[in-house]
Amino acid sequence: MKTVITSKGKNQNDEFDLRFGRAAWFCVVDDVSGKPIFVENNQADATGGAGVKAAEKMVELGVQKVISGDFGPKAKELLEKFNIQMVIISEHNQSIKQIISRLTT
Amino acid sequence: MPRRKRLRKVVAPPGFKGYKPYGNPQQKKQFIELLYEEYEAIKLADYDLLNHLEASRLMGVSRPTFARIYESARRKLAKALVETREIRSVFGNARLEGTWHICGQCNTRFTMPVRIKDQACPLCRSVQIEIIKI
Repeated sequence: MKTVITSKGKNQNDEFDLRFGRAAWFCVVDDVSGKPIFVENNQADATGGAGVKAAEKMVELGVQKVISGDFGPKAKELLEKFNIQMVIISEHNQSIKQIISRLTT
Repeated sequence: MPRRKRLRKVVAPPGFKGYKPYGNPQQKKQFIELLYEEYEAIKLADYDLLNHLEASRLMGVSRPTFARIYESARRKLAKALVETREIRSVFGNARLEGTWHICGQCNTRFTMPVRIKDQACPLCRSVQIEIIKI
């Protein structure tokens, strides 16, 4: 199962991004390999529809769980339609590494 | 301790709060509580004309469980008609589409798509989860 964590950078020590559509990077964690892969969000600076584009990307990547700080109404609708689980963490200042360790334990 | 009830998936809640009989001398009788999942069972089986297996899959329960919910729904409706009682819709053990849950341990909020079997927090695996309304 693939999980995406929104991130501010492409490193495991980088901070978790509370935004979904406008997060700079997506960290894809695969249960099987356990290795995180970072995918750049090229829609982060788009003028509109960033959430929808990001949700489409999640479907494309075959992700089943998305961890972020919040989701916009359009992104929510799309993710729901594709049966992708949305997880909201409201604490900031968390690194990607910390979240991955919470996921695996 | 009995086994906990799995939440039954309800696509849309009933569009009414209740039904009242009229034309009978007003008596204060107890009302009948029709649960959301019972309404959904009647809708799937008798309005959408699905068979019980298809309907049970839509609601995320087994076929025998669906049959039990459906039977209870029919009996409640029959009882309400015969005893001229008011019907009220109550939430029951339903899980509405787009329902959000909150974990009692780590305060994480999350959704539960139907394909997920274990009803636990996706981060800390705690089973102390509650439904919240957003």
